[in-house]
Amino acid sequence: MTLKPVVNDPQGLAVTQGLHALGYPEVLGTRVGKHIQLTLTARDRQGAESRVEEMCRRLLCNGVIEDFHFQVAEVGA
Amino acid sequence: MATPSPAQLRELALTEEEYQHAVRQLGRVPNQLELGMLGALWSEHCSYKTSRRLLSQLSSKGPQVVVGPGENAGVVDLGDGLLCCFKIESHNHPSAIEPVQGAATGVGGILRDVFAMGARPVALLDALRFGDLTDAAQRHRFAKVVEGVGHYGNCIGVPTVGGETYFDPAYQGNCLVNAMCVGLVTAPRLLHAVARGVGNPVLLVGADTGRDGIHGATFASVQLDEGAEERRPAVQVGNPFLEKCLMEACLELAGSSALVGLQDCGAAGLTSSCAEMARRGGVGIRLDLDQVARRELGMTPYEVMLSESQERMVLVVERGRVEEVRAVFDRWELRSDVVGEVIAAEELQISSSGEMVARLPLPVLVDGFLPRHPASSRPADVVRDLSAPPVTAGVPWTLEEAWLRLLASPNCADASWIYRQYDHQVGDDTVVLPGRDAAVVRLRGRRDGLAITVDGAHRSSLLDPRRGAQLAVAEAVRNLTCLGARPLALTNCLNFGDPDREEVMWQLEEAVAGLAEACRQLALPVVSGNVSLYNDLSGASIPPTPVVGVVGVVDDVHGIPGPGFVAAGDLIYLVGGEGAGLGGSELQRLLGGRVLGPPPELDLELEGRASEAVRQLVTERVARSAHDCSLGGLAVALAECCVEGSLGAVVRLADPPTPPDRGLGLLFGEGSGRYLLSVEPGSGGRMEEVCSAGQVPCFRVGEVGGELVEIVGLAQIPLAAAAEARLKGIAGAMEGPVL
Amino acid sequence: MTWRCGIAVFPGTWSERDCAHWVELAGGEPVMLWHAERQLKGADLVILPGGFAHGDYLRTGAIARFAPLMDAVRDHALAGGPVLGICNGFQILCEAQLLPGALLRNSCLQFRCQSTHLRVEATRGPFLAGLEAGRILEMPISHGEGRYYAPPEQLLELEAHGQVALRYCGPAGELGDEYNPNGSLQHIAGVMNREGNVLGMMPHPERACEPLLGSEDGLHLLRAALALVGAS
Repeated sequence: MTLKPVVNDPQGLAVTQGLHALGYPEVLGTRVGKHIQLTLTARDRQGAESRVEEMCRRLLCNGVIEDFHFQVAEVGA
Repeated sequence: MATPSPAQLRELALTEEEYQHAVRQLGRVPNQLELGMLGALWSEHCSYKTSRRLLSQLSSKGPQVVVGPGENAGVVDLGDGLLCCFKIESHNHPSAIEPVQGAATGVGGILRDVFAMGARPVALLDALRFGDLTDAAQRHRFAKVVEGVGHYGNCIGVPTVGGETYFDPAYQGNCLVNAMCVGLVTAPRLLHAVARGVGNPVLLVGADTGRDGIHGATFASVQLDEGAEERRPAVQVGNPFLEKCLMEACLELAGSSALVGLQDCGAAGLTSSCAEMARRGGVGIRLDLDQVARRELGMTPYEVMLSESQERMVLVVERGRVEEVRAVFDRWELRSDVVGEVIAAEELQISSSGEMVARLPLPVLVDGFLPRHPASSRPADVVRDLSAPPVTAGVPWTLEEAWLRLLASPNCADASWIYRQYDHQVGDDTVVLPGRDAAVVRLRGRRDGLAITVDGAHRSSLLDPRRGAQLAVAEAVRNLTCLGARPLALTNCLNFGDPDREEVMWQLEEAVAGLAEACRQLALPVVSGNVSLYNDLSGASIPPTPVVGVVGVVDDVHGIPGPGFVAAGDLIYLVGGEGAGLGGSELQRLLGGRVLGPPPELDLELEGRASEAVRQLVTERVARSAHDCSLGGLAVALAECCVEGSLGAVVRLADPPTPPDRGLGLLFGEGSGRYLLSVEPGSGGRMEEVCSAGQVPCFRVGEVGGELVEIVGLAQIPLAAAAEARLKGIAGAMEGPVL
Repeated sequence: MTWRCGIAVFPGTWSERDCAHWVELAGGEPVMLWHAERQLKGADLVILPGGFAHGDYLRTGAIARFAPLMDAVRDHALAGGPVLGICNGFQILCEAQLLPGALLRNSCLQFRCQSTHLRVEATRGPFLAGLEAGRILEMPISHGEGRYYAPPEQLLELEAHGQVALRYCGPAGELGDEYNPNGSLQHIAGVMNREGNVLGMMPHPERACEPLLGSEDGLHLLRAALALVGAS
C-alpha cells in the first residue's frame, strides 16, 4: 500500500533527503508504503484474490489516501 | 550435570566463586535452568550485590512514608487517604542498542511498576544524557530516544510532564535514559507484590511470552550455538496499546478482595517476579510452564523462565475467584492463564511436560548471592584537578558572547523541541506545564497538587562525586521551592560505570554517601531507587551520574508564580549564598576544556534555610516570580526570567569583578542555594523581613524593565537576542542531518 | 434536566475521563459507552474522544470504525443527532465515512503537543452555532497524525458548502504555515458533515475547560450544543 501520488508524503521526502546526505544523489524520489503479509485458505487463486481485494477495500487500505496492489502465492497445505 | 566451563558461567554473569557458593548452599549441582535462574537473580540488576551495602545509608524514614524501597515503587501519604506512588528507573543499555524501543520499553516498565501498586499513573518524567549534538550520530540517538519516550507515554495516555536533558561528550558512547513515573492510589486500593495463601492460583496476564529480552548471551544460547540454531536479538519491542489495556484491567481489580498480590514481569521475567513475590510472603510457588502462552514454537523452559517479554504481569488470586478476575481481563481482550499455585515450601518449583525441571529454595535464589565489595580508590589526578584553576586566562569571548553562547547551549536552552513531542496534558490535571523549574499535577477535588522534578549531577561529579550528588538533591529541592512546593520524598537512579574499576567504585561510594547526607540534611526520605552499573564503552566509563526525582506538595495550585518577570518596576532580589565557582560549570564545558577546579560551593544548611524562606515568599505570593540559579549561573537565570516574562532588567552586583576572570565567576559561577525573585515595589520590606528571619542572605540587585538584560558595568544583551539564543539552542542543533 | 453526553470508550481510548470532566463543567451528564455495546444509553449527544483506539496500528481509527457501538453512532448521526469526534475520534469519523477526508502523519513527522489558535469558520451545527464567525479559540493539540487531507475536488466542495469548521491560525486570526502545526490542507483543524450535526476536530476542547488549564474556550462548543439539545 502506498499513498496516492497526489498525497504529500513527508516521510518519503525525509528518506530522499537522508539518502542524498549519504551520497546517493541518483535517488529522485521515495514513496513510503506499508507491506502486509496475509496467510489465508482459499479454494483457488481467484477466490483468494477476490477476498483479499475486499479486505483491502474494507479495512486494510483507506481509499481516500492510499492505493494498493497485491500478489497471491501458494504456500502449500 | 558437569561443572560448567568458565565461559559458560560468564554467559550467565556468574563467577566460579558464585557457582561454588550455589553448589554449597543447594547441597547439589544445579541444572542448566536452575543455573540460569540463579545467574539472573544474582545479577547486579536484581540483587544489588555490589551497591546494597552502600544503599543502606539512605534513610527511608519519615512520617509521610507508607512504603519504602523493596517493593515495585515507593509510597508516601498525601493526607485524606490519598497515596502517591513513584519510582525512577534506567533503561540505558537497551536504549543504546535500539533508541526508540529501548526508551519506549523503559517507560513501559516504570509504568508497570506504578500500576502494579494499584496506582493510576498521572505523570511521567525523563532524565536523558547524550553526547554532543554537533555529532550526527548523537542527534540521531537523541531524536530517537525522545521519539521512543513520547511514543509510549502518548499512546498509553499518561502525560510526560517534565524532565531533564544534558549533553556532554562524556556520554558519547553511553546514552542514559532514566524514566520516572508518579501515580495516585487511595489507601484501600494499594496493592503489594506478594504471594500468600497456600493453594491460591498464580496467573500470568498480558502479552504472550516470546524469546525477546533473554539475556543477550545465555547458557541456552551456548547450546544454541552448538545446535546451530539462530541466535535471537535481545531487543524488546513495546506494545503501549496492550499495556494500556493491561493497566486499565489491573486498576479495575485494585481494591478487589479477589486479588492477593500483583507484580510486573520485568528483568529476569517470570523467574524474578515469582521468586520475589513468594519470598516476600514467606511461601513458595509451583509453576507449570505448559500453561504459559507462547509467541513462538519450540521455546525451552529456560527461555520461558528468563524471557523479558514486555507487558506481562503476575497475579496471585484468592482460590475460587479466578473466573471473576479473568472476566476483567477478557473484557479488555487480554490473555490470562493460571500458570501455577502458591505452595507452603519456600521454593520455586518449575515443571514442564509433567516433569519437575527446576526446584530452588527461595532463600538461596533471592538472598543467597555473594555480596561483592570491589576495591575502590580515588584517582590521583582528581586530587590534582580539584586544586587547578577552573577557567584559565584566555577565554576567547567577551562577556556578552559568553552569555549568549551559554543561553544557546542545549543544556541551558529552551527544551520545547523535546516536550512538544510528549503529550503533557492528557488527564486534564497538568497545571504547570513542562519548561518550568518543576511540573505541577493537581489533585482532583483538592486545593493542593503534586510538584515533581528530576535532576542529575553534572560535570562536577567527576571531580567530587559526593558534592555532585548533593548538588543534584539541592537543585531538585530548589526547583520545587520555586513553585512553593514542600518536598516530600525522593527516588534515585544511580548511573555509573563498571564497579570493578577502582575509580568507579570510589565514585559510587562517594555519591551514595553524598546523597545520604543531603537527604538527611534536607529531611527527604528515599523511598525507591534503581542502580545502573556497567555504563562503559571501550574501557571508558560515564561520569558518575546520580539522578534524583523528588515529589513535593504545593498547598494551592492556583496562581503559582513562574520564572518570568511580571511587571516593569518590580524589584529583583538575589537570595542565597556565594556562587562564583566555575569548576565543572557549563561555561567550562563550552570552553571545551577538561573538568577542573573545585566544584560549586554548597552549604546544605543554608540550602535548607533558603528553601524555607523562598517557599514562604512564594506561598504568600509575595514573590511574583521565582527561579533558581543553576547551569550558567546568575546571568543565565536572569536572562531566562527576562525572556519568560518578555521584560528586560537592570541588575547591579556589589562585588567588583577581579582579574583574571573578569567577572566570569560572578556572572556564570554555579554555586548552589541561589534564587532570583521579583516582587512588587511595595513588597520589598516583607521580602527582606522573611529572609532575615530565616537567616538567609538576600540582596536587592535590580529592577525589571527595558529592552535589555543588563548587569551594570559588566555586560548587557538585548532581550530579543537572549530570546533567540534560548529558542535556537536545541532546535537549531537539531536542524542538521541525523543520519 | 441535564443532557446526557455519551462518551465512546474503545480499548486504547484515553481522554474519556477528560471528556467527562468537561461535560460536567458544561452542565451535562457524562455516560460512558463501551465499544462492544450496541446502544447509546439514551445519550442526546455523542463524543468520540482522543486516544489510540485498538493501538491505531493499521491506520488511525481503521479498526474502531467496525465496533458495534459505531453502528449506533452512525444511526444517531444519520438521524441528525449531534456527534463530536476529537483527535482520534475525528480519525474514526473519517474512517467511518461520517466525515469526508482523512488524517495523515504530521508533515514534521513528529508528535505535536502544543497550544494552538483556531479560527471559527462555520457557525452552524450544534457545536458552533453559539459562536460568531472569525472568533479565535485557544486549545491544545496532541497528535502524530493530524494532517487533514481531502482530494482536491472534495476540498472545493467542503469550502463551498461551508463544511470547514475550524482553521489553525495566529493569535489575531491570521493564516500561515507557521501556525499550522501538522501541514493540514487549507490549515483545516476541524470539518463537519453537510448537515452540520457531525463535527470532527484535531484540537482538544476538553483540555481547554478551566482557567487553571490555560483556556476555557472548549466550554463554548459544548455549551452551545447542550443549549440546542435543550431547546429542541
